[in-house]
Amino acid sequence: MKLTQKDLLGIKDLSVEEINLILDTAESFIEVSTREIKKVPTLRGKTVINLFLEASTRTRTSFEIAGKRLSADTINISSSTSSIVKGETLIDTAKNLEAMNPDIIVIRHSAAGAPHILAKTVKQSVINAGDGAHEHPTQALLDLMTIRSKKGQIAGLQVAICGDIAHSRVARSNIYALTKMGASVTVAGPATMMPRYIEQMGVKACCKLEDAIVDADIIMMLRIQLERQTEHIFPSLREYSTYFGLNRKNITLAKDDVLIMHPGPVNRGIELAPDIADAPFSIILDQVTNGVAVRMALLYLLTGGN
Amino acid sequence: MKLLLKAGRVIDPSQNIDALMDIAIQDAKIVQIGPNLSEGQTNGRKGPSSKTKTIDLTGRVVVPGLIDMHTHLREPGFEYKETIETGSLAAAAGGFTSIACMPNTQPVNDNRSITEFIKRKAALAGRVHVYPIAAITIESAGRSLTDFRDLQDAGAIGFSDDGKSVLNSALMRRALEYASSIDMPVICHCEDPQLSAGGSMNEGFVSTELGLAPIPAMAEDVMTARDIIIAEYTRTAVHIAHVSTAGSVEFIRSAKKRGVKVTAETAPHYFTLTDDSLRDFNTFYKVNPPLRTKEDLEAVKEGLRDGTVDVIASDHAPHAVTDKDVEFEFAASGMIGLETSLALSLKLVDDGILTLPQLIQKMSFNPAKILKIPKGTLQVGVDADVTVIDREKIWTVDCHQFRSRSRNSPFHGRRMKGKAVMTIMGGEITYDESQNNA
Repeated sequence: MKLTQKDLLGIKDLSVEEINLILDTAESFIEVSTREIKKVPTLRGKTVINLFLEASTRTRTSFEIAGKRLSADTINISSSTSSIVKGETLIDTAKNLEAMNPDIIVIRHSAAGAPHILAKTVKQSVINAGDGAHEHPTQALLDLMTIRSKKGQIAGLQVAICGDIAHSRVARSNIYALTKMGASVTVAGPATMMPRYIEQMGVKACCKLEDAIVDADIIMMLRIQLERQTEHIFPSLREYSTYFGLNRKNITLAKDDVLIMHPGPVNRGIELAPDIADAPFSIILDQVTNGVAVRMALLYLLTGGN
Repeated sequence: MKLLLKAGRVIDPSQNIDALMDIAIQDAKIVQIGPNLSEGQTNGRKGPSSKTKTIDLTGRVVVPGLIDMHTHLREPGFEYKETIETGSLAAAAGGFTSIACMPNTQPVNDNRSITEFIKRKAALAGRVHVYPIAAITIESAGRSLTDFRDLQDAGAIGFSDDGKSVLNSALMRRALEYASSIDMPVICHCEDPQLSAGGSMNEGFVSTELGLAPIPAMAEDVMTARDIIIAEYTRTAVHIAHVSTAGSVEFIRSAKKRGVKVTAETAPHYFTLTDDSLRDFNTFYKVNPPLRTKEDLEAVKEGLRDGTVDVIASDHAPHAVTDKDVEFEFAASGMIGLETSLALSLKLVDDGILTLPQLIQKMSFNPAKILKIPKGTLQVGVDADVTVIDREKIWTVDCHQFRSRSRNSPFHGRRMKGKAVMTIMGGEITYDESQNNA
């Protein structure tokens, strides 16, 4: 089986079979990163451009390492080094990159739908590395991979996603991904962080952290964006961390074998108590490790691998 | 020059006419209307130079020249999007003989010289009567009133800060009072900018999925309600522009029942498209107010049907490629409509929402009444502004054929039924489909 689409723009468009293909392929790539010489020639002669027009450490590094371990030539463009700051439009930037004939363009952008513009403009494959509050498909895929490897399967699990759902692309992609794979998803956050009609996405919504994490197999905490305080979506950090922070006390409501996830970067002491972030049941760093494998799999599959 | 329009189905809501009739035009005026007029009958006046051109309109619908009371002509200031000339050509091609243009130019039409400039350029283009709407407040900044009387004398026919609401409610009160004292309409763009801040689409399930910052329906509704309250209190008239929500329709309906002098318009996209169209982030669907839900669309249709919504206006909003070919949230809001408005509106007749006379009323007589201009009728003695419609013509929208300088229509490629095939302004043919085999 192959991935038939040109681009990976979101989880919404993926079938269960395609998701399984990506996860299986990713698992086969895990081993590469554990070798002494962490490189295979699979994508030799292929060029991957990482067009990161919004700040990112984890995702950008992960894509770069993924490309390099597959022997692709990877080029990183960030907003400060791109022509965007000189006033060039995204479409012109895209056409110029296209003219240099890369094989894959990975884009991170603060505006929802930016990867879709890019995908319509260029003939190369486009991977969405996060667009505004819309989707972050590679994050959801690495989350699925991590859950599957820890729990054996995804179907039937109770997953709580907690925090600023409205502004979170991680939440949206994970809602699509987890519900497609048969998990039950509950989202939690104050009403100010809950988009209207979120339940139409097939999840349960609640306004108390405790209600969401009762009997949870997985708790996914989202980063609170501190700059959002000016939008009045939470009164103060003190109040938020008191009532929406995960800590030793409220975590006892979850299943005994609960696992804690976070897409990073973590605000220690705000959405996650420090000892929870570092606890043995925290799989935050496994997520990061698997991220490289998932991105290797996507680079491989989108360049025609089978 | 005389014109004799023969054998069309003449619909003139102002005189309750819907019959096969002829219309005789002489010296830019309608001189006779009735069945079986002959060439010699044109008002009995026979000068030596008077030659009558007879046009057979069998199978066509002949109506008072259509009026679009909400357009943006972009000149002065944004000539790269549209000029008064290109906008006039587009209007004539769309079947319009009169249009009103909003003041959000650069500089804003908040003084006599801009109003006069627009009138002068429009006369030069000579394709459509252009009625400038002046700003309510200086620079549309919401701080102090423009010189209403002076603008009226210069040729403005109404006031609006279109694009935004006058946020200061006391100032809005004064604007309505002062405008009513000089018998001028005030047209309100209803939007609470704090509720809509940063948003680029309707708040609903689609915005939840797309993650685009949302604009709630209530951003429109609270201002519609406020403007109705002010109009009711001051016993003045107010016109609500581009109604897009079920809530606003209901506020207007109940206000009308109480006798408030409120009138309202909607645009074809609000009864044709929903926010579902935004799913592939096509910026041509970005408009303000934003495309709403199916429920809102149905409510707008019901408002048109039961008379709550008086007028269909295009909100023709030209934007260049550079304004639209960017990330969705950075794209300019608006779509052009002059050349598609009639066909989209005729669909309401095909769908049984409106009768053809009701539709013509909402696109000619009602806007004329609200703007207090002597248009929208085929009565003997008025300017000979006439639109001829082919109800059956099937055509495909091709944005490259538009007269407008801009191409930002989401309807490109859509098959339409019905079209204006001839537009006559002041007895002059300003558009003739048969001369334009596009």
